[in-house]
Amino acid sequence: MIELYIVMALMIAGALAAVEMRNLLSAVIAVGVVGLGLSIVFLLLKAPEIALTQLVVEIVAVIILIRATLTLEDSGEWLGSRPLGSLLGALFAALTVWVGIVAFKSLPAFGDPLMLVSQRYLADAAADTGAANIVAAIILDYRAYDTLGEATVLFTAVVGVLTVMRRKGVKDHGEK
Amino acid sequence: MIHSWLPYVLCILLFCVGVYAVLSKKNLIRIILGIVIADYAVNLFLILLCWKKGGEAPILQPGAMEQVMVDPLPQALVLTSIVIGLATTAFLVAIAMRLHERYGTYDITRIRELRG
Repeated sequence: MIELYIVMALMIAGALAAVEMRNLLSAVIAVGVVGLGLSIVFLLLKAPEIALTQLVVEIVAVIILIRATLTLEDSGEWLGSRPLGSLLGALFAALTVWVGIVAFKSLPAFGDPLMLVSQRYLADAAADTGAANIVAAIILDYRAYDTLGEATVLFTAVVGVLTVMRRKGVKDHGEK
Repeated sequence: MIHSWLPYVLCILLFCVGVYAVLSKKNLIRIILGIVIADYAVNLFLILLCWKKGGEAPILQPGAMEQVMVDPLPQALVLTSIVIGLATTAFLVAIAMRLHERYGTYDITRIRELRG
Protein backbone atom coordinates (compact mmCIF):
# COMPACT_ATOMS: atom_id res chain seq x y z
CA MET A 1 0.00 0.00 0.00
CA ILE A 2 3.00 2.32 -0.43
CA GLU A 3 1.26 4.17 -3.28
CA LEU A 4 -1.64 4.99 -0.94
CA TYR A 5 0.74 6.66 1.52
CA ILE A 6 2.47 8.61 -1.28
CA VAL A 7 -0.81 10.02 -2.62
CA MET A 8 -2.08 10.83 0.89
CA ALA A 9 1.18 12.65 1.70
CA LEU A 10 0.74 14.62 -1.54
CA MET A 11 -2.81 15.50 -0.45
CA ILE A 12 -1.62 16.78 2.93
CA ALA A 13 1.10 18.83 1.20
CA GLY A 14 -1.54 20.25 -1.17
CA ALA A 15 -3.82 21.11 1.75
CA LEU A 16 -1.00 22.90 3.58
CA ALA A 17 -0.17 24.82 0.39
CA ALA A 18 -3.85 25.78 0.02
CA VAL A 19 -3.92 27.11 3.57
CA GLU A 20 -0.61 28.99 3.55
CA MET A 21 -0.14 30.13 -0.06
CA ARG A 22 -0.34 33.93 -0.41
CA ASN A 23 -2.12 34.01 -3.76
CA LEU A 24 -5.78 33.06 -3.48
CA LEU A 25 -6.02 31.62 -7.01
CA SER A 26 -3.02 29.36 -6.33
CA ALA A 27 -4.69 28.24 -3.09
CA VAL A 28 -7.84 27.21 -4.99
CA ILE A 29 -5.72 25.24 -7.48
CA ALA A 30 -3.94 23.55 -4.55
CA VAL A 31 -7.35 22.41 -3.30
CA GLY A 32 -7.84 20.97 -6.78
CA VAL A 33 -4.68 18.90 -6.21
CA VAL A 34 -6.16 17.59 -2.95
CA GLY A 35 -9.43 16.64 -4.64
CA LEU A 36 -7.83 14.89 -7.59
CA GLY A 37 -5.47 13.05 -5.22
CA LEU A 38 -8.57 11.97 -3.29
CA SER A 39 -10.01 10.60 -6.54
CA ILE A 40 -6.86 8.50 -7.06
CA VAL A 41 -7.03 7.25 -3.45
CA PHE A 42 -10.64 6.14 -4.00
CA LEU A 43 -9.49 4.24 -7.07
CA LEU A 44 -6.72 2.54 -5.06
CA LEU A 45 -9.26 1.60 -2.38
CA LYS A 46 -11.46 -0.16 -4.98
CA ALA A 47 -14.24 2.42 -5.12
CA PRO A 48 -14.49 3.28 -8.83
CA GLU A 49 -17.92 4.99 -8.75
CA ILE A 50 -16.81 7.29 -5.97
CA ALA A 51 -13.57 8.09 -7.81
CA LEU A 52 -15.58 9.17 -10.87
CA THR A 53 -18.02 11.22 -8.79
CA GLN A 54 -15.17 12.87 -6.92
CA LEU A 55 -13.45 13.77 -10.22
CA VAL A 56 -16.55 15.50 -11.58
CA VAL A 57 -17.40 17.20 -8.28
CA GLU A 58 -13.82 18.44 -7.87
CA ILE A 59 -13.77 20.07 -11.30
CA VAL A 60 -17.09 21.85 -10.64
CA ALA A 61 -15.97 22.91 -7.13
CA VAL A 62 -12.73 24.42 -8.49
CA ILE A 63 -14.68 26.32 -11.15
CA ILE A 64 -17.06 27.73 -8.49
CA LEU A 65 -14.18 28.72 -6.20
CA ILE A 66 -12.24 30.38 -9.05
CA ARG A 67 -15.38 32.38 -9.84
CA ALA A 68 -15.31 33.63 -6.25
CA THR A 69 -11.66 34.72 -6.48
CA LEU A 70 -12.32 36.61 -9.73
CA THR A 71 -14.36 39.25 -7.86
CA LEU A 72 -11.12 40.59 -6.39
CA GLU A 73 -9.26 43.32 -8.25
CA ASP A 74 -6.01 41.43 -7.76
CA SER A 75 -6.40 37.80 -6.82
CA GLY A 76 -3.50 38.11 -4.35
CA GLU A 77 -5.44 39.48 -1.40
CA TRP A 78 -3.53 38.01 1.53
CA LEU A 79 -5.29 38.90 4.74
CA GLY A 80 -3.14 36.91 7.13
CA SER A 81 -4.16 35.01 10.22
CA ARG A 82 -5.72 35.81 13.54
CA PRO A 83 -3.08 35.13 16.22
CA LEU A 84 -5.54 33.71 18.77
CA GLY A 85 -7.20 31.61 16.07
CA SER A 86 -3.85 30.19 14.95
CA LEU A 87 -3.06 29.16 18.51
CA LEU A 88 -6.50 27.63 18.97
CA GLY A 89 -6.23 25.87 15.62
CA ALA A 90 -2.84 24.34 16.40
CA LEU A 91 -4.08 23.26 19.84
CA PHE A 92 -7.23 21.72 18.38
CA ALA A 93 -5.23 19.90 15.70
CA ALA A 94 -2.84 18.41 18.27
CA LEU A 95 -5.77 17.35 20.49
CA THR A 96 -7.63 15.78 17.57
CA VAL A 97 -4.61 13.76 16.47
CA TRP A 98 -4.07 12.52 20.04
CA VAL A 99 -7.73 11.56 20.56
CA GLY A 100 -7.74 9.98 17.10
CA ILE A 101 -4.73 7.77 17.84
CA VAL A 102 -6.34 6.64 21.11
CA ALA A 103 -9.65 5.99 19.36
CA PHE A 104 -8.11 4.06 16.44
CA LYS A 105 -7.13 1.29 18.85
CA SER A 106 -10.80 0.36 19.18
CA LEU A 107 -11.49 0.51 15.44
CA PRO A 108 -11.14 -2.56 13.24
CA ALA A 109 -7.63 -2.59 11.72
CA PHE A 110 -7.14 -1.07 8.27
CA GLY A 111 -8.02 -3.69 5.66
CA ASP A 112 -10.27 -5.74 7.95
CA PRO A 113 -13.76 -4.18 8.10
CA LEU A 114 -16.62 -5.51 10.22
CA MET A 115 -19.20 -5.77 7.39
CA LEU A 116 -22.17 -6.87 9.53
CA VAL A 117 -24.93 -5.49 7.32
CA SER A 118 -22.92 -5.59 4.13
CA GLN A 119 -22.55 -9.36 4.23
CA ARG A 120 -26.25 -9.64 3.57
CA TYR A 121 -26.14 -7.02 0.81
CA LEU A 122 -23.24 -8.82 -0.91
CA ALA A 123 -24.97 -12.19 -0.65
CA ASP A 124 -28.50 -11.14 -1.64
CA ALA A 125 -28.10 -8.11 -3.92
CA ALA A 126 -28.09 -10.07 -7.15
CA ALA A 127 -31.23 -12.04 -6.23
CA ASP A 128 -33.07 -9.09 -4.61
CA THR A 129 -32.39 -6.32 -7.12
CA GLY A 130 -30.83 -7.88 -10.20
CA ALA A 131 -28.04 -5.29 -10.23
CA ALA A 132 -24.44 -6.40 -10.82
CA ASN A 133 -23.11 -3.23 -9.22
CA ILE A 134 -23.81 -3.58 -5.51
CA VAL A 135 -23.21 0.11 -4.72
CA ALA A 136 -25.90 1.00 -7.27
CA ALA A 137 -28.16 -1.67 -5.75
CA ILE A 138 -27.78 -0.04 -2.31
CA ILE A 139 -28.30 3.61 -3.32
CA LEU A 140 -31.18 2.93 -5.71
CA ASP A 141 -32.91 0.02 -4.00
CA TYR A 142 -32.04 -0.86 -0.38
CA ARG A 143 -31.54 2.77 0.66
CA ALA A 144 -33.54 4.62 -1.97
CA TYR A 145 -35.03 6.95 0.67
CA ASP A 146 -31.49 8.16 1.43
CA THR A 147 -31.10 9.07 -2.22
CA LEU A 148 -34.43 10.87 -2.17
CA GLY A 149 -33.17 12.84 0.83
CA GLU A 150 -30.00 13.66 -1.07
CA ALA A 151 -32.04 14.97 -3.99
CA THR A 152 -34.01 17.13 -1.53
CA VAL A 153 -30.79 18.55 -0.07
CA LEU A 154 -29.48 19.28 -3.57
CA PHE A 155 -32.73 21.02 -4.51
CA THR A 156 -32.63 23.09 -1.31
CA ALA A 157 -29.02 24.10 -1.97
CA VAL A 158 -29.80 25.13 -5.56
CA VAL A 159 -32.81 27.18 -4.40
CA GLY A 160 -30.59 28.75 -1.73
CA VAL A 161 -27.89 29.71 -4.25
CA LEU A 162 -30.48 31.17 -6.63
CA THR A 163 -32.09 33.14 -3.79
CA VAL A 164 -28.79 34.56 -2.60
CA MET A 165 -27.46 35.39 -6.07
CA ARG A 166 -30.62 36.83 -7.67
CA ARG A 167 -30.54 40.38 -8.99
CA LYS A 168 -34.24 41.01 -9.60
CA GLY A 169 -36.31 42.36 -6.73
CA VAL A 170 -33.37 42.98 -4.38
CA LYS A 171 -33.57 46.29 -2.52
CA ASP A 172 -30.43 48.39 -2.16
CA HIS A 173 -28.75 48.53 1.21
CA GLY A 174 -30.64 50.87 3.54
CA GLU A 175 -33.72 51.09 1.32
CA LYS A 176 -36.97 50.38 3.14
CA MET B 1 1.59 -3.42 12.70
CA ILE B 2 2.04 0.15 11.51
CA HIS B 3 -0.19 -0.52 8.48
CA SER B 4 -3.25 -1.11 10.62
CA TRP B 5 -3.54 2.55 11.66
CA LEU B 6 -1.18 4.78 9.64
CA PRO B 7 -3.79 5.62 6.92
CA TYR B 8 -6.23 6.76 9.62
CA VAL B 9 -3.59 9.08 11.11
CA LEU B 10 -2.75 10.63 7.72
CA CYS B 11 -6.48 11.14 7.15
CA ILE B 12 -6.96 12.89 10.50
CA LEU B 13 -3.94 15.11 9.74
CA LEU B 14 -5.70 16.22 6.55
CA PHE B 15 -8.84 16.97 8.59
CA CYS B 16 -6.77 19.02 11.05
CA VAL B 17 -5.27 21.11 8.23
CA GLY B 18 -8.83 22.01 7.19
CA VAL B 19 -9.93 22.85 10.74
CA TYR B 20 -6.78 24.94 11.26
CA ALA B 21 -7.65 26.98 8.15
CA VAL B 22 -11.20 27.57 9.43
CA LEU B 23 -10.02 28.72 12.85
CA SER B 24 -7.03 30.85 11.93
CA LYS B 25 -7.56 32.55 8.56
CA LYS B 26 -9.14 35.96 7.98
CA ASN B 27 -9.96 35.50 4.31
CA LEU B 28 -13.47 34.15 3.81
CA ILE B 29 -12.54 32.15 0.68
CA ARG B 30 -9.67 30.53 2.56
CA ILE B 31 -12.10 29.49 5.32
CA ILE B 32 -14.29 27.88 2.65
CA LEU B 33 -11.21 26.05 1.34
CA GLY B 34 -10.65 24.74 4.88
CA ILE B 35 -14.23 23.46 5.06
CA VAL B 36 -13.79 21.73 1.68
CA ILE B 37 -10.56 20.04 2.85
CA ALA B 38 -12.19 18.82 6.08
CA ASP B 39 -15.12 17.48 4.02
CA TYR B 40 -12.73 15.52 1.80
CA ALA B 41 -10.96 14.09 4.85
CA VAL B 42 -14.22 12.80 6.36
CA ASN B 43 -15.21 11.12 3.08
CA LEU B 44 -11.75 9.59 2.81
CA PHE B 45 -12.00 8.25 6.38
CA LEU B 46 -15.25 6.40 5.65
CA ILE B 47 -13.78 4.86 2.51
CA LEU B 48 -10.63 3.84 4.39
CA LEU B 49 -12.83 2.07 6.94
CA CYS B 50 -14.52 -0.04 4.26
CA TRP B 51 -11.40 -1.24 2.44
CA LYS B 52 -10.77 -4.97 2.73
CA LYS B 53 -7.37 -6.51 2.13
CA GLY B 54 -7.37 -8.33 -1.20
CA GLY B 55 -10.91 -7.20 -1.93
CA GLU B 56 -12.28 -6.24 -5.32
CA ALA B 57 -14.62 -3.43 -6.28
CA PRO B 58 -18.21 -4.43 -5.33
CA ILE B 59 -19.30 -5.36 -8.85
CA LEU B 60 -20.41 -8.93 -9.52
CA GLN B 61 -18.53 -10.68 -12.32
CA PRO B 62 -20.48 -13.16 -14.45
CA GLY B 63 -19.60 -16.74 -13.60
CA ALA B 64 -17.24 -15.96 -10.71
CA MET B 65 -18.23 -17.50 -7.37
CA GLU B 66 -17.06 -16.43 -3.89
CA GLN B 67 -15.60 -13.06 -4.79
CA VAL B 68 -13.90 -11.15 -1.95
CA MET B 69 -15.25 -7.60 -2.05
CA VAL B 70 -14.75 -4.37 -0.14
CA ASP B 71 -17.63 -3.11 2.01
CA PRO B 72 -20.20 -1.49 -0.35
CA LEU B 73 -22.35 0.26 2.29
CA PRO B 74 -20.00 3.17 3.22
CA GLN B 75 -19.29 3.62 -0.49
CA ALA B 76 -22.98 4.15 -1.20
CA LEU B 77 -23.31 6.68 1.64
CA VAL B 78 -20.11 8.56 0.67
CA LEU B 79 -21.41 8.86 -2.89
CA THR B 80 -24.34 10.82 -1.41
CA SER B 81 -22.07 12.82 0.88
CA ILE B 82 -19.73 13.98 -1.93
CA VAL B 83 -22.57 15.51 -3.95
CA ILE B 84 -24.03 17.21 -0.86
CA GLY B 85 -20.55 18.59 -0.13
CA LEU B 86 -20.50 20.23 -3.55
CA ALA B 87 -23.93 21.76 -2.96
CA THR B 88 -22.92 23.24 0.39
CA THR B 89 -19.69 24.60 -1.14
CA ALA B 90 -21.69 26.35 -3.86
CA PHE B 91 -24.01 27.85 -1.24
CA LEU B 92 -21.09 29.07 0.90
CA VAL B 93 -19.42 30.67 -2.15
CA ALA B 94 -22.69 32.39 -3.09
CA ILE B 95 -23.00 33.90 0.40
CA ALA B 96 -19.31 34.94 0.37
CA MET B 97 -19.70 36.69 -2.99
CA ARG B 98 -22.77 38.56 -1.72
CA LEU B 99 -20.78 39.69 1.34
CA HIS B 100 -17.96 40.83 -0.92
CA GLU B 101 -20.43 42.82 -3.00
CA ARG B 102 -21.80 44.60 0.08
CA TYR B 103 -18.57 45.21 2.02
CA GLY B 104 -15.91 45.16 -0.70
CA THR B 105 -13.72 42.73 1.17
CA TYR B 106 -13.42 39.07 2.19
CA ASP B 107 -11.84 40.03 5.54
CA ILE B 108 -14.07 38.55 8.26
CA THR B 109 -12.79 40.93 10.96
CA ARG B 110 -13.81 43.95 8.88
CA ILE B 111 -17.15 42.44 7.92
CA ARG B 112 -17.89 42.07 11.62
CA GLU B 113 -17.07 45.75 12.28
CA LEU B 114 -19.50 46.87 9.59
CA ARG B 115 -22.47 45.25 11.33
CA GLY B 116 -25.80 47.05 11.47
